[in-house]
Amino acid sequence: MATDLETRPGIDDSGVQLEAATLREMYWQMLRARRTDERAWVLHRQGKIAFHISGIGHEAIQVGAAFALRPGYDYALPYYRDLAFNLAWGYTPHDFMLALFGREGEPTSGARQMPSHWGTRSLNIISQSSPVATQVPQAAGVALAIKLRGEDRVAYTSLGEGSTSQGDFYEGMNWAGVHKLPLICVVENNIYAISVPVHLQMAVPNVADRAPMFGVEGVIVDGNDVLACYRVVKEAAERARSGGGATLIEAKTYRPTPHSSDDDDRTYRPREEVEQWKKRDPLARFQAYLLEAGILDEQAIADYEARAREEIDRAQAAAEAAPFPPPEAALGDVFAPVDETLRAEE
Amino acid sequence: MPEMTLIDAIREAMDEELARDERVFITGEDVGPRGGVFRATMGLYDKYGPDRVIDSPLAELSIVGIGIGAALAGMRPICEIQFADFIHPAFNQIISEAARMYYRSNGEWTVPLVIRSPYGGGIGGGLYHSQSVEAFFAHVPGLKVVIPATPRDAKGLLKSAVRDPNPVLFFEPKKGYRLIRGEVPEGEYTVPIGPANVTREGDDLTVYAYGMMHYYTLQAAEQVAAQDGIQCEVVDIRTLAPLDRETVLGSFRKTGKALIVYEDNRFLGYGAEIAAILSDEGFEYMDGPIRRLAGPDVPGVPFAHSMERFFMPGVEKIADAIRELAAY
Repeated sequence: MATDLETRPGIDDSGVQLEAATLREMYWQMLRARRTDERAWVLHRQGKIAFHISGIGHEAIQVGAAFALRPGYDYALPYYRDLAFNLAWGYTPHDFMLALFGREGEPTSGARQMPSHWGTRSLNIISQSSPVATQVPQAAGVALAIKLRGEDRVAYTSLGEGSTSQGDFYEGMNWAGVHKLPLICVVENNIYAISVPVHLQMAVPNVADRAPMFGVEGVIVDGNDVLACYRVVKEAAERARSGGGATLIEAKTYRPTPHSSDDDDRTYRPREEVEQWKKRDPLARFQAYLLEAGILDEQAIADYEARAREEIDRAQAAAEAAPFPPPEAALGDVFAPVDETLRAEE
Repeated sequence: MPEMTLIDAIREAMDEELARDERVFITGEDVGPRGGVFRATMGLYDKYGPDRVIDSPLAELSIVGIGIGAALAGMRPICEIQFADFIHPAFNQIISEAARMYYRSNGEWTVPLVIRSPYGGGIGGGLYHSQSVEAFFAHVPGLKVVIPATPRDAKGLLKSAVRDPNPVLFFEPKKGYRLIRGEVPEGEYTVPIGPANVTREGDDLTVYAYGMMHYYTLQAAEQVAAQDGIQCEVVDIRTLAPLDRETVLGSFRKTGKALIVYEDNRFLGYGAEIAAILSDEGFEYMDGPIRRLAGPDVPGVPFAHSMERFFMPGVEKIADAIRELAAY
């Protein structure tokens, strides 16, 4: 089911039966993530924040996946580009602004980590680090726990295509295959690992081509088509819950922005390529689809835009007004307290 | 109290914890029907089944990575790394992930994980079956590092490790698996992670040691007491991280002289930190040079018996070091 990326793309809604309200909610989550992300770039250019790493262009696979899973019931180990996934699961622009500004009350790490290192216990989103692909064997471990307990949850993880060169990816996926674990591994293949193009990461044309070596299902999807992404993640979740094991999903997408606020992508790729991919922008594509289907109209779009701006303005203002964490918070949370009731007396 | 070997005590601890808590499971290479290459898990597969004692692929990174994930999802994994020498592929998972999870998540996510691994030389294992790796991990806040020296402590500390909400590295002196015997209390007990243990009292000097070196140190202490009339105090560190500074400093305030024995390379080994703490916080009690007896600074423990003996601290070398220090 490879997708021809050279034709002018629409939205493949085959096999997707979602109510109009849900489709609008998916649009809203994509838009909200896009506008939040764009605001972060503006704040960086204004010198107000130190760092931003962008998920622009990746909203379709992230929102599609988020809607195909059960937030707070399934487990998620998303990677640093997954702002849209996190927002769709219950993270908020307010949370993200606190992270960007590094302020007190930042919920995922107490502002100990750089922004976009997700983790929300109440949503079953497991804390992430910067060394890439470390989350893959961990996600397999989560899936093993689910299987050992006989639960119908799934473990979801994501990473970039460059990260699939890490041993962690292979070792984690190998466990998933050996034990038929309820794992969904989504690779958001945006062609570049910072500057290194995909043909210098791997000799096979598709990340998903590696699935047979793990003994898991491999799926390629147009990562800029939110409904196609929703469908394949939904199918993977059903496969996982019915004992069919893990799925490796490769979402073909693109990163129209530099890797991060410290990157200059003009040093490694032509502008024409970036412009070409912008025509396949996942948000614009989904908007056109919803307009044509009569699920959205221009007024509704304007309302969503106003709602996003208002929410993000409010989040930014709150973060800018928030104090920095007390310096001595640097000393906290080294060890979790031992539950003395579990320890018999000597 | 029944007497048993170190490895029997370790197995009994795992057996009891598997029985006590269904969240506990074991994974590692050859831990299943084979019972581990050292027989630490012997019989547990038959008793608890393939869902509780899981043979892993031959990939240490994944053994720890899987353990971290399962721990995050509420399980209590015991991961066996077959030899400490092979823990290095898992270094990133331990250092970047397990150690930092609680801190980086603002106290939201815990990793209640035990990593057991046999360490140390003196068994003809050469460069890659003899390493002491404790200093790498004791350096990183967020990890607890435990090395038992007696069967009683091995069982009690391992049971505490399984119940601890933090990642615990549990290094076992493999040369002592069947060599070290001792009494183990009957029935349920634990030994808390944290406190060091004064295992011999004396006024002349303090020897700090752990694991196999503690075993030899007690013998050396008896030798110098009988032959030279030197009374050593011996401190079994037991928990290398976080360190029991009070017990370490308390003994030094009493004797004023310190010898630290470890079988790792000397340079930046665990004893260096003990020496630094004593000189910094115990300076006014100091009555002689703070001495370290350790392996030489070469890349590994050599295989040939002659060279291995040269490398390893043992009873005679410890006794000599005690005499030299006592003469100050």
